[in-house]
Amino acid sequence: MLYLLLLLPLVLVVIFHYLPMYGVLIAFKDYRWGWGVLKSPWNNFEHFKIFFSSPFFGRVLFNTIYISLLRIIFGFPAPILLALLVNEINNNTFKKTLQTVSYLPHFMSWVVLASIISEFFSPTRGPVGYLYTLLGLEPVNWLNNPDMFRSLLVVTGIWKEVGWGAIIYLAALSSIDPSLYENAVVDGANRFQRARHITLPSLVPIMTILFILGLGDILEAGFEQIFNLYSPLVYSVADVIDTYIYRAGILDQKFGFTAAVGLFKNTFGLLLILASNFVIRRFSEYGIW
Amino acid sequence: MRDVALAEKSTIGRIFDSFNYLALCIFAFSILYPFWHLVLTSFAKESTSLSLGFHLWIEEWTIHAWEYVLSTQGVGVGYFNTILRTFTGSLLTLVVTLFAAYPLAHRDLPGRTPLTILFLVTLFFSGGLVPTYLVIRSLGLINNRLVLILPPALNVYYIIIMRNYLMTIDKAVEESALVDGANYLTILFKIIVPLARPVVATLLLWTAVFHWNAWFDALIYIRDDNKRVLQLIVRRLYEMVSASAEVREYWEDMGVRFPPQSVQAVMVLATIGPIILLYPFVQRHFIKGIMLGSLKG
Repeated sequence: MLYLLLLLPLVLVVIFHYLPMYGVLIAFKDYRWGWGVLKSPWNNFEHFKIFFSSPFFGRVLFNTIYISLLRIIFGFPAPILLALLVNEINNNTFKKTLQTVSYLPHFMSWVVLASIISEFFSPTRGPVGYLYTLLGLEPVNWLNNPDMFRSLLVVTGIWKEVGWGAIIYLAALSSIDPSLYENAVVDGANRFQRARHITLPSLVPIMTILFILGLGDILEAGFEQIFNLYSPLVYSVADVIDTYIYRAGILDQKFGFTAAVGLFKNTFGLLLILASNFVIRRFSEYGIW
Repeated sequence: MRDVALAEKSTIGRIFDSFNYLALCIFAFSILYPFWHLVLTSFAKESTSLSLGFHLWIEEWTIHAWEYVLSTQGVGVGYFNTILRTFTGSLLTLVVTLFAAYPLAHRDLPGRTPLTILFLVTLFFSGGLVPTYLVIRSLGLINNRLVLILPPALNVYYIIIMRNYLMTIDKAVEESALVDGANYLTILFKIIVPLARPVVATLLLWTAVFHWNAWFDALIYIRDDNKRVLQLIVRRLYEMVSASAEVREYWEDMGVRFPPQSVQAVMVLATIGPIILLYPFVQRHFIKGIMLGSLKG
């Protein structure tokens, strides 16, 4: 009887997860729609050869990893900093309101946010254009300027998720034993010393885990955000593996070829995730599973 | 402990506090202002009334853009499709999650480990976009509304969270119900679900937000205008606004003018409106959820 309940989830997992895994075979085949996965002829890794020798390979791989690293360097400390600042606030109403405001953008889709962001960064209408003129500079549209586009991704990415990301750190802060602070005060530690020697160290375990998990996700450069903000003007700096797969696979219908690109990404990604999990297990009792 | 901290009022501490409040206020402003800018844009009469800069208010208000969008852009259809997928999709996800998590929460279920692994594998490896697209195409689900709710119904993270929570429920409850002759389905919905209410509520909210915001599946699988969700209308307008021939035509017909970006602003507000309105009341539950999710992470 319990197995009967499992029937529906099992059917769904087989159809929508395991059938596509089997379908990955077309990465090694000359896929033809009428012939299906099995009967299409093998093509001797032709798709992989084409991808690895195309100029797109270097470009999308570099952009993917570079954008992810920028996100880690600038985006990783942001929620920690916010949590530390919020933690120093004694006014509870202010604290609660601020937190509620801070995770509002988390609940919006990138479709909606891209629409808002493009207005905001508009050189002729938006506040960002105004800031440029305040400084006596010519306004630059970050959305179609290759020099600024990656900064746009990082800044708006932080803007959307920093409040949400801070929640987990604030939770860790609230579980610190208050007597630690009391003792520190008795010992004459000032506020900054307490933050430095009690508050920050208590965040280290969570920081470590999130950081390593982030490294495992390095091939996920944020498809939804990039896809909604980019345009051909910035493809050179913004085209990542996932956006390339969408254009080649869904728009150009190069199925076998894009399955190969996807397989490359998923295999590489799997290795990274396994490696990051291995590292977490080595250094803490956590680990995901 | 807070009293201790409060008692200490060094000059440096005060200066830090002032800067801290100032920095956090600027941060809050940076989040809220873009939304307010959007509201003003939606009511602006001329492009020039929102020229370059920050605006807390505008001189002349008009609702023409709102009238135009609500009457011409298929917003009603969009709402219908979005609400339909959000409602049915959230319930379906919950049912599938329970159907998987409940059996797997039984430690003595034969085959529990291989079954769990079968689900877990999908977190580490997937077929990818194109093979999934081809499966859906060969199932004939293209342009079928089911494509929006069936694939996301199975969410392995939710299953794990739910399973972990159900494992904390006392086995004796279930055993006594079994003795009384209840079957597992009855036990699940009459006894287990009420006991797991916090997780159930959180997962429902998460899925509801997911479905309200989802657009990519609709973009690649749905063709008909009458099946279009709100998010896609926003996306189409966003792509169209620079050209905006349609809008200009409407200006001439009506003898009124409003900036093309107002149309986009109205559509965005119509889409995020329900989230913003419900947000203050439900946000606590999301926070509870993140704690549930991070228990093992």
